Amino acid sequence: MSANYSQQRRTLKKSLPRIFQYFVLSIVVLAVIIPIVMLIFGALKTRGEFMTRPYTIPIPPNWENFAKVLSIPTFWTMLLNSFLVMLATTTGVVIICSMAAFALSRMKFRGQNFVFNFLTLGLMFPITIAILPVYLVIRQIHLTDSLWGVILIQTAFQLSIGIVILRGFFRSVPSELQDAAYIDGCNAFGFFWRIMLPLTRPALAAVASLTMVLSWNDLLVPLVVLNSESLWTLPLGTMQFQGQYGVNLALVAAFLTLSAVPAIIFYFFAQRQLISGLTAGAIKG
Amino acid sequence: MKITSVGKNVLVLPRKTSSARRLQNKLTIVLFLLPAIVLFSIFLVYPIFQSVYHSFFSWNGFGPAVDFIGLDNFKRILTDWIFLKAVGNGLLIVVLSLIIQLPLAMALALMVGRNLRGRAFFRTIFFMPYVLSEVITGIMWMILFNPDPNRGFINAILTLIPGIKAIPWLGDTRTVLMALFVVLTWKYFGFHMLLYLAGLQSIPPEIEEAALIDGVNNRQMITRITIPLIGSTIRTSVYLSVLGSLQVFALVWIMTKGGPVNASEVMSTYMYRFSFVRFELGYGSAVAIVMLLISLVFSVAYLRLTRQTEYLN
Repeated sequence: MSANYSQQRRTLKKSLPRIFQYFVLSIVVLAVIIPIVMLIFGALKTRGEFMTRPYTIPIPPNWENFAKVLSIPTFWTMLLNSFLVMLATTTGVVIICSMAAFALSRMKFRGQNFVFNFLTLGLMFPITIAILPVYLVIRQIHLTDSLWGVILIQTAFQLSIGIVILRGFFRSVPSELQDAAYIDGCNAFGFFWRIMLPLTRPALAAVASLTMVLSWNDLLVPLVVLNSESLWTLPLGTMQFQGQYGVNLALVAAFLTLSAVPAIIFYFFAQRQLISGLTAGAIKG
Repeated sequence: MKITSVGKNVLVLPRKTSSARRLQNKLTIVLFLLPAIVLFSIFLVYPIFQSVYHSFFSWNGFGPAVDFIGLDNFKRILTDWIFLKAVGNGLLIVVLSLIIQLPLAMALALMVGRNLRGRAFFRTIFFMPYVLSEVITGIMWMILFNPDPNRGFINAILTLIPGIKAIPWLGDTRTVLMALFVVLTWKYFGFHMLLYLAGLQSIPPEIEEAALIDGVNNRQMITRITIPLIGSTIRTSVYLSVLGSLQVFALVWIMTKGGPVNASEVMSTYMYRFSFVRFELGYGSAVAIVMLLISLVFSVAYLRLTRQTEYLN
């Protein structure tokens, strides 16, 4: 095949640049992972070791810091809170966005474009900018210091991108399928529920994983909405922990490492979905 | 359902069913759109209008806003050197992102390319920082930037070079913004690289093969063929990068709180301080409105200029 031939030619011609390529890429790999490795090294040292030689390999590893963090009851409360918020936000976003995206892509009505443009306003008004206006509304409806306040704000501000992504995917489902389903006696809801959703499961997974990461990592909304320590989410609690135990860097490093674990595990399992959500969001949105 | 007549390949459904269906369809449309529209109106549209109103008041948040001061808040914003400094810092971050972060992401994407061995590995590693929260990232880098070379890794490496002293990266007004930019790049270059990789993926290999046969060299291939072909991806990435720079908050708040002496202040930390630390909610609202306007004007102008009307379609 000509493709193979030209590729071979290219590889031959570029074998020296290729070594250079790997060299540069390896340097970037090191730049990305050294900070993380340093953190884990630090977490595996005693406080004294961290003070005297913070960036050597911890031999023998000292697991005490991890044990200490895991024995803090609020660590588990924060983990649970973060998990609840993430679960509720993601469920809400997927359900609400898929419904809206369906109406905006597979049904016809007057003002459809207007409604779509309205619902994508969120792309221009990110939550970081709108946090004070939104906080004031949360206060008016008495949802401060409640996980529901966090969930509702996160959901509302994730709608635009979710709708844009799902609408793109829904549109790509051939209309013959819809005609066939209608002829077979399916109504719009039946088509949505029994055919559209199962067919676009990868897209739903993409939106879900994107939302999960944003919700899990969010600091600003919990910071503004929540007061009681019993409601803190992990990022909020991590920030406060650093403020409180900032002197004991080894312990802080253990706390950070442990709070990064869920995100890293999630990343290795859902990388594909996450990437597809991000690129679809950026390219369609 | 029975099909009553078939003419010219057009199916005609029984009239009664079809009008009932039309009603049912209308109901479905309304019910499907309602949750999104309601949430959106309560948490996005209404708050903005309310804040426009609040921005004309001097208001500490307790009781109703009664102290009407007209445009004074806006005058104060535009004459406050700290806010102007925050805008300047934001612009600097934007410019640095455009001339350093995005070209870096592009170079890496071109290197990883479509068929480099180990492509998946590099992609996984480069994108990983994106998934770590800003809180974790921020605190982690604070430890690395520690001014004491016995604690901070970066100064430890630096002081290995004879004649160079440790630098208090986050504590010096001259270096703090650079240090933050390093962290921002560390966290976000992988995202832009991913976008470019997706763009590269969409180029049909035939085009590059044809160019090879025509005898273009590597540099021509990249500058004349590959990059122009992913122009729309680049435009999107620039857009997201600028909008993202406007939204930087958690990293800065964790690492420097805008200090020292406002040297790393950005608009969002400025607004946060006035709103949630000083409780000048009228003034905070005005700052939010100014930020919204900047975001809106930039978005509309950029989409117009790059003629990316397909952005919303």
